Amino acid sequence: MREELHPGLEVVTVALDTGGADAAVPWIDHAKTTHPALIDAAHLLDELLGVVNVPTGVWIDERGMIVRPPEPAFPWRPRALPEDVLAALPAITVEQLDEAARMRIDPDAYVAALRDWVAHGSRSRYALAADEVLARSRPRPPEESRAAACFELGQHLHRTGHADDAVRWFREAHRLAPDNWTYKRQAWTFADPLQGPTPEYDSDWLTEVRKIGAENYYPAVEL
Amino acid sequence: MIVDRLDRPPPGLEQRTGWGVKPEGACRGDVCVPLASPFDLRDLSRRLGMALVHDEQHGVWALGPDSGGRALHTAELPDIVLPDRNGEDFSLRSLRGTKVCMIAWASW
Repeated sequence: MREELHPGLEVVTVALDTGGADAAVPWIDHAKTTHPALIDAAHLLDELLGVVNVPTGVWIDERGMIVRPPEPAFPWRPRALPEDVLAALPAITVEQLDEAARMRIDPDAYVAALRDWVAHGSRSRYALAADEVLARSRPRPPEESRAAACFELGQHLHRTGHADDAVRWFREAHRLAPDNWTYKRQAWTFADPLQGPTPEYDSDWLTEVRKIGAENYYPAVEL
Repeated sequence: MIVDRLDRPPPGLEQRTGWGVKPEGACRGDVCVPLASPFDLRDLSRRLGMALVHDEQHGVWALGPDSGGRALHTAELPDIVLPDRNGEDFSLRSLRGTKVCMIAWASW
């Protein structure tokens, strides 16, 4: 997509990974990126823009104005893995992939909208006015601020060698912001890279996704 | 943001939150909120709705973003500077003049 639309559009990827370069660089290098590939070890985008899941896209125009606030962004539909590859994966991963296949995404519509914006700029109907951008921005009640502070404490303690002590703060962030998948998945990963059931947390990815229905994991994108 | 003392504005407060502490109080754009004197982060926290959470065991606080509105208070992209895979800082503002599609992803 970047190659098709560049230089009319620049793609910037940002890895939301408390693990920083250690976590993100292997993926960046594997992808052989030609665009800016940044690493957000402090999860600043969560706080600054209201990102709560990945992949999330934000469109910014030439003046530095956001014309589409954070929303699910899939440039393509993930392909089903071959049977021999699936057979080699842990059972829980296969179950997770099965649920993920039911998620509601529309890459074709998203990319078409992106192409339209690149071609037509502010005249594109997909480029939102500032007041609409703000209206679509995630509400931030007091408990969300507290959740962010708790998550940050958890990150800080995890990074400074107090992983066990971080758990209570991650749990509190999850309680205060139950629909923030970034907080959940980042924390679960530290207890189990496969994000399965662990003694540290009350839930796990599969359980939570099945609770809400995979089709509701991402909100519908109002293009 | 992580802070280790309450008697002065945390370094980087304005860059991180948009709120700078000035003689008039805490200010962001044209809005200023008076603050108590001497400075106390707990006072700023209450007045701006920024949660302040204390980990007594480790002697640190975390200050959350301001609340009561939305995550975005302006459509202008904040000054986001993040490192690339080589550790070199990259500013999103360096891309002014170009349309940008920023995609947040994760290894998890």
